[in-house]
Formats: sequence, C-alpha cells, structure tokens
Amino acid sequence: MKSLRNIWTITEKELYAYFVSPIAYVVGALFMVIMGVLFTQIVSNTRQASLDILYQNLFVIMLFIAPPLTMRLLAEEQRSGSIELLLTAPIRDGEVVLGKFLAALIFYMLLLAVTLFFPLIIGRLGNPDPGPIASSYLGALLLGGAYLAVGILTSSLSQNQIVAAVLSLTILLILWIIGGMQSVFGNTLGGLFQYIASVNHYVDFTRGIIDTRNVVYFLSIIAIALFLATRVLESRRYR
Amino acid sequence: MIEVEHLTKDYGSFQAVRDLSFKINKGEIVGFLGPNGAGKTTTMRILTGYMPPTSGTARVAGYDVFLESLKVREHIGYLPETVPLYTDMTVGAYLDFMAKLHHVPNRRERIYDVMERTNIEERVDFLIGKLSKGYRQRVGLAQALLHDPEVLILDEPTIGLDPRQIIDVRELIKSLAQDHTVVLSTHILTEVSQTCQRVLIINQGKLVAEDTPERLTARLKGNERVFLHLANPPQNPEDLTAAVPGALATESRGDGRFEIECALGDDRRPEIAEAVVRKGWGLLELRPISMSLEEIFLQLTTDQSEAYEEDGEMAETAEEEDAVIRNI
Ligand SMILES: Nc1ncnc2c1ncn2[C@@H]1O[C@H](COP(=O)(O)OP(=O)(O)OP(=O)(O)O)[C@@H](O)[C@H]1O
Ligand SMILES: [Mg+2]
Repeated sequence: MKSLRNIWTITEKELYAYFVSPIAYVVGALFMVIMGVLFTQIVSNTRQASLDILYQNLFVIMLFIAPPLTMRLLAEEQRSGSIELLLTAPIRDGEVVLGKFLAALIFYMLLLAVTLFFPLIIGRLGNPDPGPIASSYLGALLLGGAYLAVGILTSSLSQNQIVAAVLSLTILLILWIIGGMQSVFGNTLGGLFQYIASVNHYVDFTRGIIDTRNVVYFLSIIAIALFLATRVLESRRYR
Repeated sequence: MIEVEHLTKDYGSFQAVRDLSFKINKGEIVGFLGPNGAGKTTTMRILTGYMPPTSGTARVAGYDVFLESLKVREHIGYLPETVPLYTDMTVGAYLDFMAKLHHVPNRRERIYDVMERTNIEERVDFLIGKLSKGYRQRVGLAQALLHDPEVLILDEPTIGLDPRQIIDVRELIKSLAQDHTVVLSTHILTEVSQTCQRVLIINQGKLVAEDTPERLTARLKGNERVFLHLANPPQNPEDLTAAVPGALATESRGDGRFEIECALGDDRRPEIAEAVVRKGWGLLELRPISMSLEEIFLQLTTDQSEAYEEDGEMAETAEEEDAVIRNI
C-alpha cells in the first residue's frame, strides 16, 4: 500500500515534469507528425482499410521516440545531485525506478491514444477488421514498454542525458538487427539471437496474432531492464 | 540518538573518514567543524543512509544506518551541502512532492507552516530554477523540516544566506533543539559558539577535539592577555611589566600598542589602567584579548599535520564571514 503510494508520488512528479518540459512536447509533436504523414501515405497508396503497415512502422519510429522520453529520468537526478535527497527519503530504489517507468509509460500511452484517430477515420471510410487493430495496440504498448524500460536502464548508467539516449538507441538497434545472424553464428547461437531479436516478436501483433510467447518476451525485457536499473541505483551508493 | 563507532569510509584508496567515534544525545545541537575535505559531508552522508560506511557502524534513532536504512530515513531530515532541487518545479509543488515522499499527514497545513518558519511563503509559486541561492537554501531547509524529523542533519545550513537570514536560521535551529537532535556542519566559527552545545572538530577524517565551545576556548587559551593602546608609550615595554603588579610579560605591537600577559583567571585591567594614569602614558584603548575559536581551530587542525596549507585560506574566509555577521 505504502509502496504503491511511493511509486505514484514519483509517477505524478515525473508526469508533471513531462508537461513542463519542451523535450516531451517536441518528441510528442514529432511522433504525431510522422504517424500522420505515414497514415496519409499508406491509406492513399494502398487504398485498403487496413493499418498493419502503419503499426509495423511504429517499430522503427519508437526507436527514436523512446530514448528522448527516458534519457532525463535518472541521469539528470544524478547530474544535479537531487538523487541525494531522493535516496535519503523513505522510499526504496525499486519504487523510484518503477515510478519513473510508469510516468514514461503513461506519457507514451497518451501519445498512442491520439493515434486512435486513424482507425476511427478508416472506420468511417471502409470496414476494417477490429481484431488486428486491437492486437496492434497491445503490441505497441508492450513494445513501447520494453523500449522505455531499456531507456530507464541506460539513464541510470550515466549522468549525461545524451549519453543515456545514445546508449539506449544503440541497445534497441542491436536488439532489432541481431536476428539475422544465423548464417554467421550457426544454428545454436544464431537461433538464440533470433529469439532475442525484438522485431520477430512484434510483427505478429500487427497481423492480429496474440502469442503468449511474444507477450512474455516483452514483459521479460521490461522486468530485466527495470531490475538492472534498480541494481545500478543501489550500486551507485557504493561508489 | 546518534551513535557512531569506528566509522571509516574509503573512496578507492583514499580514506575520507578514519575510525570516527562519537555519540550525540537527544535534544543536542552539535556542530561539525573542520577544514575543507575533512570528511564532514562524508560522515553526514553515511548518517543519512546515502552511502554505506566501509567499516564501523552508525545508529540513528536506534536503527542501523546500513541495515535499517529505510527506518533511519523516516527519522531524518537532511539538508545536503549543495541543495539539489528540481529546477522546473515551483516551490509549492516541490514541497508537496517531498511531503508525499515522507508521508506527511495534513500536507497543506504542514507545508505552509514550514514555509512560514523559513520565510519563503511569498515565493510559493516561483520556479525553483528562478530562485536566488539564499532562497533555494531556505527551500532546502523547509524540505528538511517537513516531516518534523527527530534528527536533523544540516550540511552548512547558513551558507549563501544574508545576515538577517543567518540570524533567523540560527534562531530556528535553536528553537528546534528541545525535541529535535541537530547535527550541523559549518566553517563559520561564531555560528558554532552561538548555536551549538557541543563541537566536534574533525581534521583529515579524524576527531581531533570534542567539547562545548566555552570549554574548548578555555582549555586552549593559556594565559590571559590584555591589549593596550597608549598615546605616550614608554620606550621599553618592560617598563609596563614592571609598573603593573601581576603582569608576566609585555609585547610591543608597534605604534604605542602593547599586549600584556597575565596568569589565567587573573584580571589585571584595573591595575593596568591605574599604572597608565600614574605614569602619564595617555590611555587610548584597553581591552581583553580572548582567544577566538578561529585560533583554537587553527591550532588544532595545524598541530595535527604540518602539511596542511589550506588552513590559512580557510581562516580568512571564516573571518570574512564573521566580519559580515559582526557588522549587523
Ligand atoms: N565521491 C567521492 N569520491 C572520491 N573522493 C571523495 C568523494 N567525495 C568526497 N571525497 C573526498 O573525501 C574527502 C572528504 O570530503 P568531504 O566532502 O566529506 O569533506 P568536507 O569536510 O565536507 O569538506 P568541505 O568543508 O569542503 O565541505 C575530500 O578529500 C574529498 O576529496
Ligand atoms: Mg562538506
């Protein structure tokens, strides 16, 4: 109970910070513009009442949207020293990490919510299948959650926001391209890499398939990244 | 309330705190005094649970700072050395956030109460990033008081404040003394003698002295000294020693100024005045010289190590700050 309240205290504060920070607005606007342009192009080119291409593109767009949303969260606290007051308040390190993650996730969900316009528009023009659209949103949420969790991890590792952002972009890019290594590393290692690769777990969602393994994959990334971020925060006490 | 035993903190191969032991009782106001880099901030950070000690133990309010850190943090209000605040929040929003973190009941009332005590009510809607240094310091202090903690750890609480505010903050600290335990660090030596019941002088991570400010002064003072300024001084300072009964020695400071030394506790000012008048030397000024905490501090911290060059600088800034305070 107390734990939930602590987490929410942090979340609230970070949401407030998003709404007064220019970066969040710039990133939010960028996201809307890219999604809007893509939507227009896809609809006018394919002339189909289907949005799977749009949601597939989200995979790449999020590579660039997630890092700026998370880079500040822990790096800035460490740079300015405000972490000293945070970590001497009666709150656990894990609660700090979870609270910040939740804030980033909520902000991202607000961005996603705006894109609900697209299926609505399509719905007026044609007759889209609601199944794939619903599963696409579940996939988008899980994908975003995983990206943001990785961003929080890298933000805990550096005092420098830019370093944190570049590092998380790097990790996300590696997670993406690591899948095509079977020819280089052979079947065992290559197969492992194929499992690790994020894109393989994502595309099914855009096709209307909800596979538990894919859900577990993204939830695991979130759990691992947030756990590591907590450990990093704890270990920084020992430096 | 605070028990520290054989505390040691290493930063890599550098020992910032060495085998430090002390006890602080409930309701005491204790000052940490020491030159730059003495290990004051490091000790305070260990007490607040921000970093663990390398060895040794520290207990605050009965809880071990390392093993029961969360409990300790509930009982501590902390003002860090460089007050780090969220620059994009308003004062009110920030205090509200900190109050929530500390599970303060009746948040609104409590926030207004501490804002009043630290004189920041009129800044409640200011962005913290736009506040002057002194106001930020006061917001930091307000934040430390929010949850009415039993123990207050204040790292240089009056730094950056104007003279008026320095006095207010010292009064505030003194008013907390009844039911709070306060540990503060400072470089301003008059602050220690004005606010603290006990001083811990730390040098190079070690405790070099621990006593009340008065007793420290008395212990290290040695002989009583009187300053004398004369219009028509005698040629030989020894004439002064001879003319004043009880005088042990006289030193000339040039230009008719002298320092006469007497045994400790032996006030010979009436005899000096009488002798000066009798000899027609023309009295301009006569006052006792008390050895200041500054001098004691320098003595203690330089005795410990010859290689401490920073001390000179340190005393200068302390004296400057003192001068500011005396002038008001
Ligand atoms: N994070 C750190 N890593 C390495 N060394 C450190 C660290 N923090 C402090 N030190 C060193 O430990 C020593 C004690 O520092 P500390 O900040 O405790 O001194 P202080 O008594 O508070 O000094 P000041 O009067 O300047 O505030 C210094 O020599 C400092 O250089
Ligand atoms: Mg310090």
